[in-house]
Amino acid sequence: MSVQTSVTEAAVEARGLVVRRSGQTILDDLTFAIARGQVTGLLGPSGCGKTTLMRTLVGVQEITAGQVTLLGLPAGHPRLRERVGYSTQDAAVYPDLTLTENLRYFGTVLGLRRDRLTSAIAATIGELDLTGLEGRLVGTFSGGQLARVGLAVALLGDPDLLVLDEPTVGLDPVLRHDLWQMFHRLAASGTALLVSSHVMDEAARCDYLLFMRDGRFLAEATPARIREQTGTADLESAFLQLARSQ
Amino acid sequence: MTWTLTQATARRVLAQLRHDPRTIAMMLAVPSVLMILLRYVLDNPVALDRFAPVYIGVFPFVIMFIVAAITTQRERARGTLERLMAMPLGKLDLLGGYAIAFGLVACVQVAIVLVISLTWLGVSTPGSAVPMAVIAVLDAVLGMSLGLFASAFARTEFQAVQFMPAFVLPQALLCGLVVARSEMTPVLRWLSDVLPLSYAVDAMQRISASASWTSAISGDVAVILAFTAAALVGGALTLRRQTR
Repeated sequence: MSVQTSVTEAAVEARGLVVRRSGQTILDDLTFAIARGQVTGLLGPSGCGKTTLMRTLVGVQEITAGQVTLLGLPAGHPRLRERVGYSTQDAAVYPDLTLTENLRYFGTVLGLRRDRLTSAIAATIGELDLTGLEGRLVGTFSGGQLARVGLAVALLGDPDLLVLDEPTVGLDPVLRHDLWQMFHRLAASGTALLVSSHVMDEAARCDYLLFMRDGRFLAEATPARIREQTGTADLESAFLQLARSQ
Repeated sequence: MTWTLTQATARRVLAQLRHDPRTIAMMLAVPSVLMILLRYVLDNPVALDRFAPVYIGVFPFVIMFIVAAITTQRERARGTLERLMAMPLGKLDLLGGYAIAFGLVACVQVAIVLVISLTWLGVSTPGSAVPMAVIAVLDAVLGMSLGLFASAFARTEFQAVQFMPAFVLPQALLCGLVVARSEMTPVLRWLSDVLPLSYAVDAMQRISASASWTSAISGDVAVILAFTAAALVGGALTLRRQTR
């Protein structure tokens, strides 16, 4: 039975999560769950606390109050470091290394060795359409390419939970479409994904939504349910309505 | 601490340097150029024999301090440090990797300046080249460790650069280069006694003045190693996985 519960249990569970930084409340009493095998969208305006929430999940932001459990372990637990993939808004890679050198280093840190490292690098380069750029210095990449390098690093270790902070900002629509397809492919294979965005047209692509504003959730449901509850045709109007009635 | 990860980090740092030939050129050439300059500024073989060995220890110390402080500050600013802290990398793997990479660069740096000094510039000392090289490399690694530690207190690259004059220049004044330490007033003498560069310089002075290794040199080396270890551990402690 324990096997079954570990499959059905949520990848992330948070209860009463509060983060205060220099006297300011950034996350205000958040309780939520992120399911495995789904793409959960974290949507809200810039500055609403999305990044802080994500940093809390990956264990680099101290929690003021509340409980956060990821894959059955408390946030920040050392064993989570190889099971949770994280990509930040700026690529956070070494511009003075080539693409392969970057992936090789981060892959090694994630515990990949020899053949597994080589095949993981080849797979992510293909997946993110970075083929042909292997030997180039990452510092010479375009913004879109750079964003994908950051994503590649997050994907390298084949994590159980992927936390992606605005992964599609500034990308070409075709590429953005491909990435969303990849997110759903990963979800279908059992990975839990939390993807943040400040553009509402991405909300409809998610299986589940967390609408965030000023450190609180306005809504937490599937896109269909949110539209139904608010009686709106699109998610942008739904967000507006929820924000106004707050 | 995992050896594979320490080694991977050292390799990564060296790869970054390899892609930046100008920085490598400066790291390797600057101590030698300064030494050549010193030779002509002094223009006195006796004075050169006395001062050159000390500077062979001091120049790499200073350069390694600044390079290490800036490199780690950049790692913070670019977000790669946060990424690594969210990954299974030990803090000492990171600092150890830096120590190995910059230590190797220091070996080449010291070898070049030593060869130029002892051949072309005609520096002659009772002490022999290899022990002098060992001490000079230890001095450079000490400078690097202090730079790594200092960078923890820099919020911006601009601050990190200013740590050079703020931390290194006072030590340079107090280490016995300008005035012999024995001639300083008690307060200055006491300050000099607790600063790491004093021992780095002392060791270079002793090793160049003596044909054999003495217990006083071992004492200096022990202090240098202790400061290096303390700075690395201090660096690891100030490296926080979480922001408050």
